[in-house]
Amino acid sequence: MSDVAQESAVVKSPGTRRLRPWLVVYVLSWREFVRFFRQRNRVVAAIGTPLLFWLLFGTGLHQSFQVAAEGPSFREYFFPGTLVLILMFTAIFSSISIIQDRSEGFLQSVLVSPAPPWAMVLGKILGATLIAWVQVAFCLILVLTLDVDVSWSNALAMIGVLFLGALAMTSMGFVMAWNMESIQGFHAVMNLVLMPMWLLSGSFFPVPALAAKSGFGQQALHWVMRCNPLTYLVAPLQELLSGLPESEAVWFPSLTTALLVILVFLGLAFALACRISRRRTSGDLL
Amino acid sequence: MNGPSVIDVQQLSYHYSTRVALREVSFQIQAGEVFAFLGPNGSGKTTLFRVLSTLVPVQQGSVQVLGTCLAQQADAVRERLGVVFQASSLDRKLTVAENIRCQAALYGLSGAELATRQQEVLGQLGLEDRAADPVETLSGGLQRRVELAKSLVHRPELLLLDEPTTGLDPAARSDLWNYLRQLQDEYGLTVVMTTHLLEEGDRADRIGILHQGSLVGLDSPDALRSELGGDQITIRCSNPQELRDRIEAKLGLQAALVDGRLRLPQSDDDSLWDLLKGEFQQQIDSMTWGKPTLEDVFIQKTGHQFQAALADSEEQA
Repeated sequence: MSDVAQESAVVKSPGTRRLRPWLVVYVLSWREFVRFFRQRNRVVAAIGTPLLFWLLFGTGLHQSFQVAAEGPSFREYFFPGTLVLILMFTAIFSSISIIQDRSEGFLQSVLVSPAPPWAMVLGKILGATLIAWVQVAFCLILVLTLDVDVSWSNALAMIGVLFLGALAMTSMGFVMAWNMESIQGFHAVMNLVLMPMWLLSGSFFPVPALAAKSGFGQQALHWVMRCNPLTYLVAPLQELLSGLPESEAVWFPSLTTALLVILVFLGLAFALACRISRRRTSGDLL
Repeated sequence: MNGPSVIDVQQLSYHYSTRVALREVSFQIQAGEVFAFLGPNGSGKTTLFRVLSTLVPVQQGSVQVLGTCLAQQADAVRERLGVVFQASSLDRKLTVAENIRCQAALYGLSGAELATRQQEVLGQLGLEDRAADPVETLSGGLQRRVELAKSLVHRPELLLLDEPTTGLDPAARSDLWNYLRQLQDEYGLTVVMTTHLLEEGDRADRIGILHQGSLVGLDSPDALRSELGGDQITIRCSNPQELRDRIEAKLGLQAALVDGRLRLPQSDDDSLWDLLKGEFQQQIDSMTWGKPTLEDVFIQKTGHQFQAALADSEEQA
C-alpha cells in the first residue's frame, strides 16, 4: 500500500476523526462576521436608520415629552430604545440570512455534514449576535453627547445586557426565518411583529401604570407592553443609563425580573431554534 | 468490478406527501466505481441522491452506505461522505481558501492538518493560485472545481454528486470528468453521480437508468447496449410514419421512431440492410448503420424516448 493510501486509511476509518462542535461554532460565527462587514451597505443600513430615528424623534419631541417632572429628557429616554432598535435590525437581519444560506446552497452542505445541529444553530446565532453587539457597543459612545453621568460599571453592565438581548433576538430571528422561503416574506413579519414589538417595549413611551382610574385602553396597553419580552430589555438599559423616573404613572420591571425574563426568553428561543433546525423545509429540497 | 459494496440499497421507496418519487429501488455499487444514475428530471434520481447523502431520511427499504445502515446511523456515515449538490454550496462572499476552511471545520479539521489538506486538494484540482480569490470572481467551471475541492478536503471514501456538470460548457464538463477519473485512479475514490445527459452516462463505469422512480436498467453502458443485440440501422426519410407502417406490413418488423428517424436492430448478417435497400430505396433519403446508443437502451427499457421524457419533465417543472 502506498503512503497516501495508508494515510487515508487511517483518516478514513469511521469514528477516528474527532468532531469538534466548537470549531464549527467558531467558524460559522466567523463567517457571519466576515460576510457582514464585506457588505458595507448592511453596516450603514443597520446603524444609520436607528440613529436617524433617534436624532429626528429625539430632537423633534424634545420639548413636548417628559416622562416625569424630574425625569430624563426625551433624547435621553429614547437612547436605550435606539440601541435596542439597532440591535434588533442587525440581529434579526443577520440571523435571517439563513434564508439566503439556504437559497444559495450553503446550508445544505452544513446539513449533510457530521456537525451537530446545535453547533450550526449556535454558530449562526453567535455570529449574528456579535455583529449586532459590536455595532451597538460602538454606538454607546454617543452617550457622551447626552447630559447624563454614567459610571463605568453601569456602562459595562449595559454592554452585558445588550449582549444577552442580541443573543435572544438572533435566536428569535432564527426561529422566525427557518421556515421562510424568501427574504421578502420576512419584511411582512418585520412590519407586523417586530416594529410593533419595539414600539410597545417602552422604547418610545413608558408602560402606563395600572391605577383604579385606568380606562380599558390604558389597561390593555399596560398588559400588552408588560407581556412584551423587549420591555425587559429596554427597562434595564434605561435604569442603567439614567435611573428609573420616580413617577406613579409609569411601570418598570425591576432589574432582576428583567434579567430573568431575558434569560428565560433566550433559553426558550434557542431551544426552539435547535429543535426546528432538525426539520427539513421545502427550501432544503430544491 | 468485484470490490466490496460501498452502497447497498434494497427495496428503497420514497414519497413526498402523495407523490411517489422512488419505487422499490435496489442496487449495489462497488468500491472504486464511477457510477452514474441516468434519467430525465422527475425520474427520482435527485431524491435518491438526497437519501444517499443523508439530506432526507430513509422512508422504506434498507440503505447501507460504507457498511453502515443509514436509517440508524446517518451521523456515522456523514464524515465519510463527500457531497456536491446541484446548486452551488459555495459562499460567494468568501475566498476559495475561506470556503474550504468553513467546510473543513464542519468535519473537525483545522490548523496544520487543514493547511496540508487544503494544499493537496487545491493541487489536485489545479486551483493552487486561486486560493485567495473571492469565489464570486471565478467562472462557472472554476467554481465547480472549488466545490469539488471543498467536498474532498476531509478525504471522503465516497463522493456523491448531483448533476455536477449542469450549466457547464462542454470544455468545463470534460475537465470535471478528467478530475473525477484522476481521483478514482489515484485514490480509489468511489464516485456516484446523477445526470440527465446521455453522453455522461456513457463515460461512467456503470449506470443505473431511472424512469418514473423505478430503476429500469443497471449495468455498464456497453453491456446495456449489447442487450439490444448489436448494431442499429437508422433511416432518415421524408415520411417516417408511413415508412414504418410499410416496413411492418412487408417485413413484420417494428421500427422505432426516434426524433423523426426510424431505428431498427441490425440482423446478424446483412440481409435486413439489403432487404430495406431493395424494397424501400425510393422512400429512403439516407440509411446508416451504427452501434446502439444509450438513447436506444432507454427506449427499449421504458418505451419512451429519452429526449422526449426530458422535454416532458421540463414542461412539468
